[in-house]
Amino acid sequence: MPHRWGMVVDLDRCTGCEACVTACHAENNIPTVGDRQAARGRAMHWIRVERYFEGVFPDVRVKFRPVLCQQCDAAPCEPVCPTYASHHTEEGLNAQVYNRCIGTRYCANACPYSVRFFNFFNPAWETPLHLQLNPDVSVREGGVMEKCTFCVQRITAAEIQAKAERRELKDGAIAPACVQSCPAKAMVFGDLNDPESEASRLARSPRGSKLLGDLGTQPKVTYLERQSPV
Amino acid sequence: MTDRAELARLDDLLRPLERTTWRFYALVAGLAVVVLLGAVAWVSQMVIGFGTTGIAPPIMWAFYITNFVFWIGISHAGTLISAILRLVNAGWRKPVTRCAEVITVFALMIGAMFPLIHLGRPWLFFWLVPYPNRRLIWPNFRSPLVWDFFAIGTYLAGSVLFLLLPMIPDLATIRDRTTGVRRRIYGALALGWRGTAEQWARLETAMQIMAVAIIPVAVSVHTIVSFDFAMAPVPTWHSTIFGPYFVAGAIFSGIAALIVVMAALRRSLRLEAYLQPLHFDHLGRLLLLMSLLWAYFVFAERLTTWYGNDSAEIAVLMQTQRGGFAPLFWTMIVCNLVVPVALLAPRRLRTIRGCVIASCSVCIGMWLERFLIIVPALGHKYLPYRWGTYRPRAVEITITVATFAAMTLLYTLFAKLVPVISLWEWHGGERLARSPQPTAMPEKQLTDMRQ
Repeated sequence: MPHRWGMVVDLDRCTGCEACVTACHAENNIPTVGDRQAARGRAMHWIRVERYFEGVFPDVRVKFRPVLCQQCDAAPCEPVCPTYASHHTEEGLNAQVYNRCIGTRYCANACPYSVRFFNFFNPAWETPLHLQLNPDVSVREGGVMEKCTFCVQRITAAEIQAKAERRELKDGAIAPACVQSCPAKAMVFGDLNDPESEASRLARSPRGSKLLGDLGTQPKVTYLERQSPV
Repeated sequence: MTDRAELARLDDLLRPLERTTWRFYALVAGLAVVVLLGAVAWVSQMVIGFGTTGIAPPIMWAFYITNFVFWIGISHAGTLISAILRLVNAGWRKPVTRCAEVITVFALMIGAMFPLIHLGRPWLFFWLVPYPNRRLIWPNFRSPLVWDFFAIGTYLAGSVLFLLLPMIPDLATIRDRTTGVRRRIYGALALGWRGTAEQWARLETAMQIMAVAIIPVAVSVHTIVSFDFAMAPVPTWHSTIFGPYFVAGAIFSGIAALIVVMAALRRSLRLEAYLQPLHFDHLGRLLLLMSLLWAYFVFAERLTTWYGNDSAEIAVLMQTQRGGFAPLFWTMIVCNLVVPVALLAPRRLRTIRGCVIASCSVCIGMWLERFLIIVPALGHKYLPYRWGTYRPRAVEITITVATFAAMTLLYTLFAKLVPVISLWEWHGGERLARSPQPTAMPEKQLTDMRQ
């Protein structure tokens, strides 16, 4: 049975520290666009921490919600792409083939979560930052869309390693950069086809919910809703 | 009608082809400069990067797609209207049909440019085309953008045929009146037309077939353009009403464009005798009807959204009713409903001037309508954290202005090369003298006349 990768985010644990955002940038060669472009909303964060405030000052409650590609099973971004740049892999990931993308940006419009990003310019890294690019991840040129891949390079590497060593993949052996770097351990990644995996177990929690689940996109990210009073 | 009057009319209609004033050169040069500026803007956008536009997440489509929908809408002026008028055999259509069909062809050519201009990597546009390749990679036939490609391609091919077929007898007439290189060029374009009974019968059959075939194509084109929006789960886009709503809007803006173009031709080419107040009156009534139909669609769509009370859809609705886009929305209502009804409903005001003012107003209003469908919805999708707004930049404005110049330029050049009023259709059964053969007259009508 193929894997079906999914994630669980415990909103009780998330402190909104944004370590995941930084780790994601470093792992996936995501360019920083500079202050002026960022002010126009063109910053590219494959994962972002959304902050919502509830109540009236001084009784304010802050809610953090890390939002990344939900890797939908019925992804609205996929049927609209005219070139199959956005497509579904056998393991259920919403893959983006950068080389096939011609930049219609239709997928970004269709995505209800707004987690698809457009390269408005060719990316550039000031020396010596270009030396820290991750060799496992391709750099995207101007005019193409990009998005969270669940760190597919890590998934593939672990699968190849396990196959070479003729063993099953162990639960918890793969951690995308955001999961790995979360100090509060708010995120758990695993195979949803394995009912015993920690991700599967947590996803069945009564606290679990899908972001905009009523749209019928069937996301593979489950949020454990906040219960703590503060 | 005497032959002498007939000849005078022929001279009159062919005058723009035979005499060229300095005004023509000045107009062409001026328009060419603007079109060139648009080309420079597009090249700069490709060289510097798409970031030179005002587009910023979450609004990924804005001016370019607005222009795309607007121009494809304008293209419904011609072929559809002239096909319907042909089928119901409306006698007054004769001087109007070619004016309208030319708009269709040029507006489609301009509109079809925008999906390319708006691409992140426009040099790879051919990946939208299903061409045989060694890697067996096909476009995604589930994507409405691929449907667009086929719909617009079919409509363009169909409307070019629809324009060219009835031009053949006129090209032959010009061939017979000219000499030298011109005669050779028009001769080649006339495809050996001799005006025999068989040729007239074939032309008549071909026109009947085209008129019937083009109507479903025209309706499908704007339906598919609306599907670009309706197929995406964006609040207020995902609506069953979009197909007919867009088709009605397209015919509405198409008639408005036709009236503006006819008035411009009437004045600049002195066609007062051919494009008469009667034609403007009839088209004005049609415009009034479409204005009311359009308003009905807007009302039905908005009332349903309001009663549906879906939080995401209400956020978009309120943006246009009371929020930042409200000034544009109410301008649109004035332009598309208040002005046309005020000017076209009272018979006293439905003059040429009244029709032209109403039509200009409708063109502005329909452009705003497309903008207001696209931008506020994208700016207010489901997650308020990612709400945003849009302001156009110089590139987009330049390219938009350049397309209007391109339309005028193409039309000006066309009117210089081919009479914008169909010679043979206008004359109908009346005799066209000077050419030795009955080049420009249906044989059947000739026999009718003899009886």
